[in-house]
Amino acid sequence: MSLLLTKHPMPEQEVTARVENFDEVTLGYTLELAKAEAERCLQCKTAPCRKGCPVEVDIPAFIKKVKAGDLDSAIAKIKEVNSLPAVCGRVCPQEEQCEKYCVLAKKGEAVGIGRLERYAADTARNKGEAITAIECSAAAQKVAIIGSGPAGLTVAGDLAKKGYKVTVFEALHLPGGVLMYGIPEFRLPKDEVVQAEINNLRKLGVEIIVNAVIGSTFTVDELMEKEGFDAVFIGTGAGLPHFMEIPGENLNGVYSANEFLTRCNLMKAYRFPQSATPIHVGKRVAVVGGGNVAMDGARTALRLGAEQVSIVYRRSEKELPARLEEVHHAKEEGIEFQLLTAPTAVLGNVDGWVIGLQCVRMELGEPDASGRRRPVEAPNSEFVLDVDTVIIAIGQGPNPLVQSTTKGLKTNKKGNIIADIDNGATSKPGVFAGGDIVTGAATVILAMGAGKKAAAAIDTYLQGKKECSL
Amino acid sequence: MYKILLKQQLAPNVKLLEIEAPLIARKAQPGQFVILRMNENGERIPLTIADFNRETGTITLLFQEVGASTSELGLLNTGEFLLDLVGPLGKATHIEKIGTVVCVGGGIGIAPVYPIARGMEEAGNEVISIIGARSKDILIYEEKMAAVSNELIITTDDGSKGRKALVTEPLKELLDSDKRIRLVVAIGPVIMMKFVAETTRPYGIPTIVSLNPIMVDGTGMCGGCRVLVGNENKFACVDGPEFDGHKVDFNVLMSRQRMYKLYENEHSKYSAEKREGVCKCHSC
Repeated sequence: MSLLLTKHPMPEQEVTARVENFDEVTLGYTLELAKAEAERCLQCKTAPCRKGCPVEVDIPAFIKKVKAGDLDSAIAKIKEVNSLPAVCGRVCPQEEQCEKYCVLAKKGEAVGIGRLERYAADTARNKGEAITAIECSAAAQKVAIIGSGPAGLTVAGDLAKKGYKVTVFEALHLPGGVLMYGIPEFRLPKDEVVQAEINNLRKLGVEIIVNAVIGSTFTVDELMEKEGFDAVFIGTGAGLPHFMEIPGENLNGVYSANEFLTRCNLMKAYRFPQSATPIHVGKRVAVVGGGNVAMDGARTALRLGAEQVSIVYRRSEKELPARLEEVHHAKEEGIEFQLLTAPTAVLGNVDGWVIGLQCVRMELGEPDASGRRRPVEAPNSEFVLDVDTVIIAIGQGPNPLVQSTTKGLKTNKKGNIIADIDNGATSKPGVFAGGDIVTGAATVILAMGAGKKAAAAIDTYLQGKKECSL
Repeated sequence: MYKILLKQQLAPNVKLLEIEAPLIARKAQPGQFVILRMNENGERIPLTIADFNRETGTITLLFQEVGASTSELGLLNTGEFLLDLVGPLGKATHIEKIGTVVCVGGGIGIAPVYPIARGMEEAGNEVISIIGARSKDILIYEEKMAAVSNELIITTDDGSKGRKALVTEPLKELLDSDKRIRLVVAIGPVIMMKFVAETTRPYGIPTIVSLNPIMVDGTGMCGGCRVLVGNENKFACVDGPEFDGHKVDFNVLMSRQRMYKLYENEHSKYSAEKREGVCKCHSC
């Protein structure tokens, strides 16, 4: 049997059709495709793929079950360690994680691990998987989780399975964090996938309280001293948008990517006026930044009816931090790339609306601290991009609300919570933290990995606490 | 779900809702706000907390039916529910005993000034309040303000009640009098707050204004509510909503508040058609 060197492609919506709608771009494997892709797995005894997975899914084991057509066992295997497989199968950067270590990747393309995970999760969901609530005793210790993004949900799932009484507090009106407000519907369907996986956690016994701002509605100290929580996990993410600090950023038509995406994803502005939240997309849109969030903003603007959308990025294509797949999809859909370009001012008219983005061309100089070549301004290269909307996607910092209202919780200079990278322990006993609030903006799966470690540490901490009180 | 325990019409287009929200009432302080959502398709609407009662576990919200969403909100009745309500958000007013404080409220802005005036009075300050409206029909909270003020001055644009003047007129007279005014708090239309700040600026009297820019999440996440204060961008939701009136760029604020004017009409039309059952979108 000769080895197939490429992955089985996943069916997708045609480009011309998909830029007109918000439906998911990729359509997922069929059973035949999934089985054929599973056939490619060599079932390596050493399973190098697993070391690339922050939550250490037993990848060969679940793929073996897919190959055999036993999808119930496949999803059960994944769910032993991953509470959000349909999400991870879609948004994990597998090429830098599990698939990077796949033996097949040395000669050709790795096994499509993400695509198979997604297939297993989607099949289980569509079939209507039965989830049994984990009984927790009246004496069960209580854990409060702040923030219902990927980190918090992972901690919630892991600890609920261990019999703790878990309550998740979410500031917005729907749980999911960045999965709901940030990542667009066409990459990660909200009702069908995100809320469905969260509902599975509810069925497991996790309580989720929305519209609760910790730091205001309750403080961490109140949760521990008055509300009877034995431990707290903080997973509040990277929720404070950075602006460029250039002239004109307060003109109408300038959005942070967070606002643009929140209006569209969480508030469903793409359904305006049926949905009451409006969004303004002009004819020509510039998205500043080169990460996944920038690609999401650009592709969203296109679907909202913009005629021309450009990514404006100060380094070259090679340095784009976005996933290759996202860049590929963006290009396919007609997003233009203004590379080696940095904005210097947003230009406006007398009524306060954007009429252009003034930029300079850059050249790559010596490597900087990140190891990437530092962009330096090319002399006399100033020009104006003719745009009427500017979306700023240059990163987010930590939201200070929890840190500033919690006694004894140490943060670093950037405002991130200082926590042990191996177990999430913070400077405050009983309080753990993980995900973007600790590391700065990163990926869904890294946050889940941090959540997993923190859950194990919280378990150990609470076992110890219980013994002390006996 | 959050139950509406009481709905009152205070003036044409001005309505009051008393809402059951014990967790918010427990924590609310003067100067803070909430965000509400009426239903699945609703916008997140920020409203300043006009009053709170920790014993009954209720908060009071006042609003003027100006846009599509507030008009829809005005249709809800006693016994009905809000889908979402979150708060208290923003920083509370700094209240301490400092001497004489002038509280200026314009139009609907009188409501959020009320708990501040009450707090200032309870802290032992002399409170002089100036409340103004276009005419007496739309003047609200007169009695409530009188109850917490040592002196209450009323102005109307048309002279139908109190002095025929803008609020800045009696304010200037107070500043020129021998009263030692330590602080001015002004809440109302942006243009009023701008002129109050201009009136007090030459006197160097600290002036606090409460800003209401367009907002989505209300927790610092979207940056839509950024306002220029002392040439620095601040987020009204977490850094405010109260700021030093002498440092606020009111023109940028007014410009940004106009961002969705065109969309307002479209949504109003859609909602009205939907209510009348003539919507043809096949999806609602």
